[in-house]
Amino acid sequence: MHMADALMSPAVGGVMWAISGGLLAWCSRQVRRLLNDRMIPMMGVLGAFIFAAQMINFSIPGTGSSGHLGGGLILAALLGPYAAFIVIASVLTVQALFFADGGLLALGCNIFNLGFFPAFVAYPLIYKPLVKSTQGGLRFWMGAIGAAVVGLQLGAFCVVLETTLSGISDLPFSTFVWMMLPIHLAIGVVEGVATGAVVLFVLKARPGLLGEPVDSATPPGGGRKVIIGLLAATLIVGGVVSWFASTHPDGLEWAMAKVKGKNTLESQAGMSEKLADIQATTAFLPDYGFKKSEPSQGESSSWPAPSAGTSVSGLVGGLLTLVLAVGAGWLLRAKGRSKTMES
Amino acid sequence: MAVESEGAVENNGVVRTAMGFGSIMNNSYGIGRMGIWRMDEMGGQATPLHRMDARIKILTVFIFIGFVMSFPRYEISALMPFFLFPLVLMGRAGIPPSYIFKKVLIASPFALAVGIFNPWLDPAPMIRVGGIFVSGGWLSFLSILIRFSLTVSVALTLLACTGIQRLCDGMGRMGVPQVLVVQLQLLYRYLFVVVEEGGRLGRGLALRAGPRSRITLRTYGALVGHLLLRSLDRAQRVYQAMASRGYTGETRMMHPPVLRRVDLLFLVGWVLFFGVARYWNLAGQMGRLLIGGGR
Repeated sequence: MHMADALMSPAVGGVMWAISGGLLAWCSRQVRRLLNDRMIPMMGVLGAFIFAAQMINFSIPGTGSSGHLGGGLILAALLGPYAAFIVIASVLTVQALFFADGGLLALGCNIFNLGFFPAFVAYPLIYKPLVKSTQGGLRFWMGAIGAAVVGLQLGAFCVVLETTLSGISDLPFSTFVWMMLPIHLAIGVVEGVATGAVVLFVLKARPGLLGEPVDSATPPGGGRKVIIGLLAATLIVGGVVSWFASTHPDGLEWAMAKVKGKNTLESQAGMSEKLADIQATTAFLPDYGFKKSEPSQGESSSWPAPSAGTSVSGLVGGLLTLVLAVGAGWLLRAKGRSKTMES
Repeated sequence: MAVESEGAVENNGVVRTAMGFGSIMNNSYGIGRMGIWRMDEMGGQATPLHRMDARIKILTVFIFIGFVMSFPRYEISALMPFFLFPLVLMGRAGIPPSYIFKKVLIASPFALAVGIFNPWLDPAPMIRVGGIFVSGGWLSFLSILIRFSLTVSVALTLLACTGIQRLCDGMGRMGVPQVLVVQLQLLYRYLFVVVEEGGRLGRGLALRAGPRSRITLRTYGALVGHLLLRSLDRAQRVYQAMASRGYTGETRMMHPPVLRRVDLLFLVGWVLFFGVARYWNLAGQMGRLLIGGGR
């Protein structure tokens, strides 16, 4: 459920980058106090471990499908929330750079969706109080599965919110929510089971490993800080993003207009304004290319009548530009490809 | 170093364990020939573009993505000139475009899955191409695919024309917290170590249970748990070895990049180009020029 750059507006991407960047800076400060010779390689290798673990699938009985570890929850269980958040961020960065999962501007969203909720919501509020020191049993599995499900549901909900606010996809908010949440309910259960299985094994094989590192210097009021941070983040997301949504013409109202049906005459002014906006900025429809629509199409008069001439010019121009870009890249390629590697 | 590690792993790691590895690991990330070893090799080249200050490249790439994402949802032809940027970078850095675009294809399902509904949700006809009406939904879907190819290929190209080491270094100098920079570097280092450990586990499993055995939950817990413990131990030893050779978390480079005038020209030139391409539809103009107006 990586957000992709292609589905986002710069405003949403920028705001989410700011939030994730702030969280990262804050976590870095927290982690630096805990950092010791055991912690540094542990964080590094756990990031790599998530990659490898995601490639190992177990079969789900009776379904014929298979599942694997998601990552966020087990990292929090092993490292504590701050370090886990940083490791998740690093995993997502590598995924964006090496495997094209998500994108660079969407990285802020992805770090928040897949890092914040498991590390700062699901782990401290569900996993920790339920699992505590139990080894197996109902409480243990409830904690593991519940935390994984809640973390993923919140993340998936955020994906829907960010996509809708960006207004690039046409999916109405409610439809998208009903698509995403049930799917991620199933994924969450599978992740919870996988996390639980691995945690149980580690508990038996090496009991001392689990449990976040204790920082003796932390005053007992640390929990309150987390909650304040949570509240602040919620306010920022709620306030800033919704502000963008209301000023951004392609935002939520657009999706709402879609749900209500696009030819309703009640919001004629608003719709035609938007359509004019589209006309003015759409390359396929340069403003002088439209014929005035025939009176027979009266009710949808604000829709531009298709004009073959301009469409074809756009198509030809687009293709030609692509060819030119490929040609330029080919012409400018480094002569005599240097195979020397830096050591 | 990059080449050596690739050769070593190709010879005694991945290739020889491929049977056991493949049977338990659904290798969706393409750790093999197409994957990170190839990327590592490309990032380790020494073209002028590779040696350019990483900060400039990171900044330009982000500005590029911002411009691409700022287009309205039905935009298609005006996005085309933006392909120039990744293609020129690939050309200058000696990266085969087919490699990048194969990776883009592999990564496309999410954008496809979300965008594919646009044609149904927005069926009002917007343009006509040769007698066929094309709906707004198809236009915005196509636009999403083009945006996706642009942003993703540029991210992959950034890494391939810089290399992870220089990229991390540049991020550090741009103010990314040191903890995160070190974390990225170590993650990358350990990726190879952990995947090798996974390969050994996979071979063990395949020898005992047969290559096509299904992994039950109990086996899964033990398997992944073992992978975790072995990787941790291995990482601890690797880190101790690094620390005893003077590793403190910061990388010392033989040729630390310096900001030259060419680099600034690179930044300013590209941003100017993005600006021009954003405000004038270059492709549309050219098309009209070619087929004579079209009014």
